[in-house]
Amino acid sequence: MSRRRIGLTFLAASFAWGLAASAARATDISFWTWRQEDKAAYNELFTDFTKLNPDIHVKFESFPDENYPTIVSTALAAGKGGDVIHTHAYGWLEQFVKAGYFEPQDEKTVPSLANQPADALISGTYRADKKVYSLPFASQTLGLFINKDVFAKAGLTPPATWDEFITVSKALKEKDIYPLANGMGTSWFNEMFVAIFTNPFLGQDFVTDLTTGKTTFKDPRYVAALGKLLELRDYMPDGFEGVDYTTAGQLFISGKAAMLAGGSFDIATYRSQNPAINMDFIAPPMAKAGDVPQVTKFFDGGYAVNAKSPNKEAALKLVNWMGTKEFGDKFSALLGNISPIKGVVIKDELLAHVAKLNETAMPHINVVYFRFQKPTGSELLQGDITKMMSGSITPEQLAADLTDGLAKWYTPFQGK
Amino acid sequence: MTSGRRRTTRPFPWRRSLWIAFLLAPALVVMMLFVLWPLLSAFRFAFYEFNGLRPSGFIGLENFRQVLFEKPFSDWTYNALKHNIIAFLALMVFENGTAFLIAFALLKALPGHRVHQVIVFLPVVLSAVIVGFLWKLFLHPLFGLVNQALALVGIGAIPWLGNESTALGSILFANIWHWLGFPTLVLLAGMQRISKDVIEAARLDGAGDYVLMTKIVWPLIAPSVTIVTILTFIGSFNWFEIPYVMAGLTGSPGGATDVLGLYFYRTAFGSTTTGIQDFGQGSALAVMMFIIVAGVTAIALRYLRRREIEL
Repeated sequence: MSRRRIGLTFLAASFAWGLAASAARATDISFWTWRQEDKAAYNELFTDFTKLNPDIHVKFESFPDENYPTIVSTALAAGKGGDVIHTHAYGWLEQFVKAGYFEPQDEKTVPSLANQPADALISGTYRADKKVYSLPFASQTLGLFINKDVFAKAGLTPPATWDEFITVSKALKEKDIYPLANGMGTSWFNEMFVAIFTNPFLGQDFVTDLTTGKTTFKDPRYVAALGKLLELRDYMPDGFEGVDYTTAGQLFISGKAAMLAGGSFDIATYRSQNPAINMDFIAPPMAKAGDVPQVTKFFDGGYAVNAKSPNKEAALKLVNWMGTKEFGDKFSALLGNISPIKGVVIKDELLAHVAKLNETAMPHINVVYFRFQKPTGSELLQGDITKMMSGSITPEQLAADLTDGLAKWYTPFQGK
Repeated sequence: MTSGRRRTTRPFPWRRSLWIAFLLAPALVVMMLFVLWPLLSAFRFAFYEFNGLRPSGFIGLENFRQVLFEKPFSDWTYNALKHNIIAFLALMVFENGTAFLIAFALLKALPGHRVHQVIVFLPVVLSAVIVGFLWKLFLHPLFGLVNQALALVGIGAIPWLGNESTALGSILFANIWHWLGFPTLVLLAGMQRISKDVIEAARLDGAGDYVLMTKIVWPLIAPSVTIVTILTFIGSFNWFEIPYVMAGLTGSPGGATDVLGLYFYRTAFGSTTTGIQDFGQGSALAVMMFIIVAGVTAIALRYLRRREIEL
């Protein structure tokens, strides 16, 4: 063997060894989520991350939404689970933090926390120690979808006030169009329906009074707002008690219904199901002309690091990157969600309009304040609202059930 | 003189015992790991308070007190229990009653009875999830087959699964459609074991179908009735899949279709959209369900076995 050949062999062996060593040093981490439909977008985002951090590879793993809490809690209890966990916010997150399953995040480990607005951070903060455990990923806005083509064809203008809503709905009904696509067939969607139409009648003062213990849900303002929901029954689809979330969406995108009370999280879905749809997303009807338009806003969840992850450093690095403007810009563009990260540019016109509506938004009261212990406000409201809409209980009874149920753990309601 | 019968002795009896133990061991290990251990864990967790998702302290019977006596939890428990009882009674009358009549008709071996037997049993092989989903579509208020058919005779959209007064009945109907073949086959097998001589003797004595059914067949299939009754009871109190698929985890509308299985699941494991998990309360519900099913089954078996002898 010539000296040259020996040299080349040595060089090739060194190169192969170097590659193998580099591959061995690379860290594989997993990202657990319930958002199966977002797989392509997240994989694209993770490819960007790996370009910046060639030694970290991220694997997207998704689970069914309905069983996600069970799967995550079982895995974490066994000291397993993804390195980065997609979490829901507020009370959902708190139960995991209480059990010590997530790693706290601070300016040192996740400097991009500084890019988050204060109200977003609350959604990922454990109330007892005030530490952030989950970096917020998106805000969701609840309002009114408008099928612009249906309105144009009917020669009508989308309503701004409650009275206009009723007038427009009557006109649509006369033209054999369902004014409102919503039904009562899906519990969680019903809760959003309540928030969307009652919040403009309640206003920020009510929320302040409620959270400072000055009032309860028995407050006449809340009872009256619930009463307004009963007026909507005439403008919902036939057999609305059994019309579920999926059907409501189909009625809306097919043009059989003119309006749908729903969430901004469905903008991308409706567009993909009917690319030709010409829709708008507006604030629900105000109590009276001149009021501030009020959509409902909440933060959907965030990204947490598994406290038992063997790759904690890499996991924190990923979470930190998910808090950067670069991530937020692309996240909003790919997924049609509003990233809460400061300075994020939302190019989509409709989504940018929703972000603008958020400036005067009301909180999703039950989700933000009353999902921390059992019975949760959501359990109580979801159980009663179908009864109220079918006429078997009154708004007063619903308000009393909600208040008395929450009084089990929410001390300001006790004895009231 | 020795006895003509020689007593055979096995040279190594312990070897046989060891062999049996060896064969039983895998099944026993699996049973202990996946049946006994979770059961004992549920018993233990039922006496603990949970801080988040970890047990934080022994609280005695507090979880049981909450689910049995503290509103709104107790209301939810009794509401779900009531629906389990209704389900059992409805299934006994409508499912098993129909099954008895079909089995009696099949016993007569009329032309085409084999095809009918297969048709009746066919839905049993389908998954409960498929059946639930299918019936949810059939009962859809706007596009469902049932309402489309009713529209032909001028009846407007009925929200079968959205109306408190029709939701449980609709789910029970789907359940009966799914399971009718099973009691039919068990009862038919019982009927086919009756000696033909007995039936022929009854016929010679002038017994018609009604007398044959009530005085001859019914008493003689008592063991099959015992099996069907016990399985219906266990099935009614462990009912989960079809209500879950057709009415969701919350037993909508407004708890009208809630059963103990659903209530246990959402209490122990929570739901993304309603909130938090409570293994303590959930375990208390699971223990109560176990006590009800095991206790009532034991008592019912005792009674039904005695009835078999009396009949």
